[in-house]
Amino acid sequence: MKKVFALVVALVLVLSFTTVAMAEDTVKIGVFEPSSGDNGAGGRQEVLGIEYANKLKPTVEIGGKTYNVELVVVDNQSASDKAVTAAQSLVSDGVSIVLGSYGSGVSMAGGDVFAAAGIPAIGISCTNPNVTLLCDYYWRICFLDPFQGSVMANFAAEKGCKKAYVLTMLGEDYGNGLGYYFTDAFQKLGGEVVSETFPEGTSDFSAYLNNAVKAGCDVIFAPSATTYASLIIDQAAAQNISFPLMAGDTWENSVILDAAKGKNIDVYVSTFFAEDESNAAAVEFVSGFKAWLNENSDKLTNNGGNDIVAAVSVLGYDAYNVALAALEAAGSVDPADIAAALPSVTYNGITGSIAFDENGDAKKDMAYIKKADGDAGAFVFEKTQSVAELEK
Amino acid sequence: MFDKILPYLLAGVSVGGQYALIAVGYTMVYGILRLINFAHGDIFTAAGFFMVYLVAAMPLAVSVPLVIILTVALGFTVERVAYKPLRSAPRMSIMISAIGASYLLQNLMWYVTGGLAKQYPVLPWLSDTVSLGAASTKVVTLVTPVLTVALVIGLVMLIKRTKIGMAMRAVSRDFETSQLMGIKINSVISMTFIIGSALAAVGSMLYFTNYSTVTPTVGAMPGLKAFVAAVFGGIGSIPGAVIGAFIIGICENLIKGAGYTAFSDAFTFALLIAILLFKPNGLFGEKLSEKV
Repeated sequence: MKKVFALVVALVLVLSFTTVAMAEDTVKIGVFEPSSGDNGAGGRQEVLGIEYANKLKPTVEIGGKTYNVELVVVDNQSASDKAVTAAQSLVSDGVSIVLGSYGSGVSMAGGDVFAAAGIPAIGISCTNPNVTLLCDYYWRICFLDPFQGSVMANFAAEKGCKKAYVLTMLGEDYGNGLGYYFTDAFQKLGGEVVSETFPEGTSDFSAYLNNAVKAGCDVIFAPSATTYASLIIDQAAAQNISFPLMAGDTWENSVILDAAKGKNIDVYVSTFFAEDESNAAAVEFVSGFKAWLNENSDKLTNNGGNDIVAAVSVLGYDAYNVALAALEAAGSVDPADIAAALPSVTYNGITGSIAFDENGDAKKDMAYIKKADGDAGAFVFEKTQSVAELEK
Repeated sequence: MFDKILPYLLAGVSVGGQYALIAVGYTMVYGILRLINFAHGDIFTAAGFFMVYLVAAMPLAVSVPLVIILTVALGFTVERVAYKPLRSAPRMSIMISAIGASYLLQNLMWYVTGGLAKQYPVLPWLSDTVSLGAASTKVVTLVTPVLTVALVIGLVMLIKRTKIGMAMRAVSRDFETSQLMGIKINSVISMTFIIGSALAAVGSMLYFTNYSTVTPTVGAMPGLKAFVAAVFGGIGSIPGAVIGAFIIGICENLIKGAGYTAFSDAFTFALLIAILLFKPNGLFGEKLSEKV
């Protein structure tokens, strides 16, 4: 009996040593994204971009040694209260760096946990300024809401709109922030704004749309989660609303195309990336990503059942590569070293070159405005807008 | 003036009709079991998901009745599994079991569907747009109140005129005595759940044709408001639940129209508190009489 026991102990020891030895060659990257809840559809597309990047570059050279990259994916359920638990599970899993999230509210909630653990995080499509401003461990690779808000306000003014109806969800960081910056910019351009909020879980938007019509508005700006977006579009079409609907980056999602399908309604969104760029890397990415999606039915389902490339997938791809660049620059898998190396990391991504400013935000100065074409089932590129053009 | 109010009234009547169909399920179960069936809102949601998945696989003429059958089966199962074993237990236990059933259903749907919003299929004719003067809306908005009232009148006839209806009335009056008189209590209770679930299935078709996104938690809010409507009308009373639902639906939309959009939900629940304070039996509630 004793012999058996000794043997077992020996085996356990040997096995534990081998796993430790294997673990030394692996670096864990946390993926902090929603795959369910209001922003689940977009979060999944962002994860797809990260997974695709991981497939192309499964290893990284850190301090002269090759490491396997392991993605640890958690679901923050698009909810700030659930996000804290999800962030904690990444911390206890021992990740070196975190990617995500899709939304600003969950990023802020998770940011405290990552800061307490000293793990750096790279925000992918969270556009609220407070994500990086209030957290020293958060960096970000997309543009910010003050910019996005003024892009859409300028676009609305160019379309000849005079009075805007701004509709946001009560207590949502992303929508309220973006709505505020849009209002600010639109009023500076001489437009009028009527603002209203709806409580979480609202399905009936007909009264809100009636209010917009009654107030004599000629454009609706409704930055909100895609779940609400499809309801708003559907009901706006049913009420024969003739003026355009506009929103920010969350609306660039196939959910919106499904909702606008066959309906007589104009929907404009601002986003991070346009497919028809004369950018060789972008063209290569798009064809490779589409082929990868079509090979695997699970991935295709996560993308919304089609192979339309979402801007957030491209950003996810860039974020993964920025994380690898940070790991290489740090020369270590210790989160503290990575956090120290991140501010000086630069990377030439598909969505433009990425370099961080003193707040940890990427210096991005281009936004792409697209129109949802329900009949073609695709987003049609409308125009680009840069910061420089706005300042003129 | 009327032109301006009309769109809100339309929306209110339509929402009210949908609340009514759910509220009837609450009030019937309460009338017989003295139980608030918290899982009712989730059965309503499940009906929405059944439709989403069935329409993808078969024609509408088959899937619509099948949705009703599946929803009824679900309501029946919930009663058999979560409530029947607790029939002689204290009322609080069965109430907690109902809350458990609600969360179980919600999380099951979350698990099965992956937690993503699903687009509800377009039902022909009901989804068409019609114009009414200055207002423009979907056909379903106009159909909902008519269908609701028709279904409820049918239900009241069933309760007043048929044998099973008589049994239901007897059971709701006195549980033990009707049992002694030879009424099969279990089949009466099952019937209540069957009717309630069937109405919830019809309600879900009307609701999701108007608000075409189905998520696992979408039933929570209409479920709660329907419950408020049932209490407002006097829980246990079917006409009361219907009238309560219409009042709440219309008030909610008028408040949004007056510009207090952020407070429309708060109003509904403030109303609940006010009723409980001033008229605990609701508009048409049965008078509480102490049995000696």
